[in-house]
Amino acid sequence: MTVPLLDATGLVKTYALPRTAFQPARRLTAVAHVDLSLARGATLGLVGESGCGKSTLARLLLRLTPPSAGRIVFDDQDITNLAEASLRPLRRRLQLVHQNPSAALDPRLTAAAAVAEPLVVQRLARGTELSDRVAQLFAEVGLGPEFLRRYPHELSGGQKQRVCIARALAPEPQLLVLDEPTSALDVSVQAQILDMLAELRARRGLTYLFISHNLAVVRQVCAEVAVMYLGRIVEQGSAEQVLGAPRHPYTQALLASVPRLTAGAVPPATPSEPPNPAALPSGCTFHPRCRRAELSCHTGNPPPLVEGLACPPVALSICQTRA
Amino acid sequence: MSLLEIRDYRLAFDTFDGTLHVLDGIDLSLEAGETLGIVGETGCGKSVLARSLLRLNEAPPARVVSGAILFEGQDVLSLPEKAMRRLRGRRIAMVFQDPASYLNPLLTIGTQMEDAIRGQEAALGQARRPHRALRSQAAELLASVGLAEPQRLLASHPHQLSGGMRQRVLIAMALAGSPTLLVADEPTTALDVTVQAQVLALIAGLVAERGLALMLISHDLGVVAASCARVAVMYAGTVVEEASTAQLLANPRHPYAQGLIAAVPDLDNPAHKPRGIPGSIPNLMTPPTGCRFHPRCALASEICCSTKPALREIAPAHGVACHHATP
Amino acid sequence: MAASRRMRLAAWHFRRSFASSLGLGLVTAIVLLALLGPWIVPYPDHAAGSVNLTGKLQSPSAAHWFGTDEVGNDILTRVIIGARLSLLVGIGITFAAAAIGVPLGILAGTAGGRVREVIMRLTDLFLSVPGLVLAIALVAALGPGIVNAMIALVLVWWPGYVRLAESKALSIREEPFIESARVAGAPSLRILWRHVLPNSISPIIVKMSMDIGQAILAVASLGFIGLGAKPPTPEWGAMISIARSYLPDWWWYAIYPGAFIYASVLGFNLLGDGLRDILDPRSHRG
Repeated sequence: MTVPLLDATGLVKTYALPRTAFQPARRLTAVAHVDLSLARGATLGLVGESGCGKSTLARLLLRLTPPSAGRIVFDDQDITNLAEASLRPLRRRLQLVHQNPSAALDPRLTAAAAVAEPLVVQRLARGTELSDRVAQLFAEVGLGPEFLRRYPHELSGGQKQRVCIARALAPEPQLLVLDEPTSALDVSVQAQILDMLAELRARRGLTYLFISHNLAVVRQVCAEVAVMYLGRIVEQGSAEQVLGAPRHPYTQALLASVPRLTAGAVPPATPSEPPNPAALPSGCTFHPRCRRAELSCHTGNPPPLVEGLACPPVALSICQTRA
Repeated sequence: MSLLEIRDYRLAFDTFDGTLHVLDGIDLSLEAGETLGIVGETGCGKSVLARSLLRLNEAPPARVVSGAILFEGQDVLSLPEKAMRRLRGRRIAMVFQDPASYLNPLLTIGTQMEDAIRGQEAALGQARRPHRALRSQAAELLASVGLAEPQRLLASHPHQLSGGMRQRVLIAMALAGSPTLLVADEPTTALDVTVQAQVLALIAGLVAERGLALMLISHDLGVVAASCARVAVMYAGTVVEEASTAQLLANPRHPYAQGLIAAVPDLDNPAHKPRGIPGSIPNLMTPPTGCRFHPRCALASEICCSTKPALREIAPAHGVACHHATP
Repeated sequence: MAASRRMRLAAWHFRRSFASSLGLGLVTAIVLLALLGPWIVPYPDHAAGSVNLTGKLQSPSAAHWFGTDEVGNDILTRVIIGARLSLLVGIGITFAAAAIGVPLGILAGTAGGRVREVIMRLTDLFLSVPGLVLAIALVAALGPGIVNAMIALVLVWWPGYVRLAESKALSIREEPFIESARVAGAPSLRILWRHVLPNSISPIIVKMSMDIGQAILAVASLGFIGLGAKPPTPEWGAMISIARSYLPDWWWYAIYPGAFIYASVLGFNLLGDGLRDILDPRSHRG
């Protein structure tokens, strides 16, 4: 069995909330006991709504922030507690594409300077070799040489995102974390960018961790999907299974909520809203909104992920139907 | 007489870098109780159009080049400010994209709702009702948009509410004046998908219950399809196709509308590979001559470069602005 | 290309705003006077303070546009040379204060934690003391003279820059492009120098331009109470201090230096306002 490219176990990230005069110090758990494994060449989609912790998880995996507990192993190297200086050479192999390309580019740098930055910082190229590599990267993302000297405010959303992708590819990474890469783009541009990402992955043998709230996009791009709710993975498996035949009530609610291109079909509404992450319900955190909630869901610890599903009542009924 | 009629409306923005020809001859109409969706991508002018209904575009730099916006027979563009104030909120109400920015973080919900209610009454010249009466009306409005514990909410501040709740509060404030037309500009774009479903259901319910006319603007074709009986597709300042939602989804005739539908990934059908539209949106300072979509259109021919196609009816209640679309 | 557009945008803003144009005009005039001073003054030797008691306290005339002072020096000459002094002093103080305050502020904003606490508390300490009082105390300790006055004012002024730079750096720190630089592997110093500083500079430039005017005023105030430039240096505040005893009969002695102080401070304030409008990205919608 091949060693996974990225293997994270028991990841937890908590933040201390500022103490006010009226409340004791509270902790906000952004990520709770997440196990994640990425094989080489895999495309894993991480879906969930705001506050589910997917962005925090991404930043933990990229070691932009240290985990409160747990272990992260990248390419057989334990990077959980490495200092910033030791992490630096690793940063070549782990890159990030942000959601908002306008904010992800320094407004005072030209597109070429932005793309060159990882190469300069990692001392991978200088002088003419640097400009050649930058030009190549631009061509690879479909931007002509006239874009080299443009500033971000002179580029469209799609063009800016291409620059960001070129920048992420510059140090020849193995793993690319894409945090909602097309959410800020028009749908007609989105299709082009997703095509380009698929092509790049094939050509360079990349591994993708694709974070998105847009289930249709994830279905198109990813072979595997993990669904997060309030810091935990509630369902995980192949894209066909999770998005085609979801088992967890939250996944089912998510899928049902997406408006389809059918006239007059108002999507069914899930009751209430995600609770305040600093004051989570006991037991399964989804139970206040769950149609299938049973008494056992209200108490105890949140259910663990068993065979890609964190919902004992559903798991039990599946077992029963099989039996 | 239609409730709302936009006739050949052209709007430009005079900026430092030049003049942006944002809206180039919009013709739309909306009957009482009808739901119309306006869908388009960045730069198509849909938000500017929505704001024009209440003259919310700052002029300068906005400048009406020509055309009229008739609401209940009156031209909104030439109304005096006092009449405009009676119109805003009372006859036409608007809800915007980001609920957090449209609520004052320092005031309680109750205060803001009372202000909204009071503002409506003041515009009609009515005397100020006692605080308690305003408060109870505010509570009623909050209940009518599906918010539980209205009294507690009235005492809360916006930051204590979630995004979905804030949007409901804004919808409640919009309904304070009992408007006949509700304009919603990307009302669910900033919300999670499960909350979006709730808000869309709420809007659909209110529209049915109160017989409101609805103009819903979104870049998301799914949202518009769910909420509106008719759809107008906009591109670079013009309406390129207008039809019933079912007709548009089943049989889009304008190349841009076709491209737009083909670009949307289908959750239920992963085999359908979304296709992008080549090229990019035109620079509105120097828009293409003739049909503004022609540089990106596979069907473009000579007439497309020289003459702007008018919105022609090619089937009952189905208009297309394309030289190549024949009935 | 972006630079030329910025220049055109700046020109357009100035054309639109009378106040900004006025500010620019006044500042340009002061700068020109300062630059060309020694060559255009009618009585160059009066600048250093020669004594010519026969010509003393003459009212404004064709020979002496601003009249003469109590030792017969031409006031116009001294005022113009004073412009050079005041401008140099104002710019010197402002730049020195910024040179101390801005790096500290950016460091505080970006580093956070203990570093930030230490820097900010130190800044608060200096800010708590009333500015002019501190300046007076310092000058009293160090002795009068324009250099000591400048040192005193720099010590009073630098905390303002720390606060401004810190708050801007704090907001820039959260921007995704900073995170991108970290992901690329950039060390903190590079991020500070290449990303945080250039993007924080706009409000600092605005503050600096306004501060030059305030610095001129502050030095003049110190000179007025005798703690700044020593006579016979033609410093505006010192001139007014002496001129006080000759009011109201020999009004010209106080009025002209006073008018120039006013014009300089006004000019720099208006210019600062204009610069803020240009540099604020939100006003680029035009």
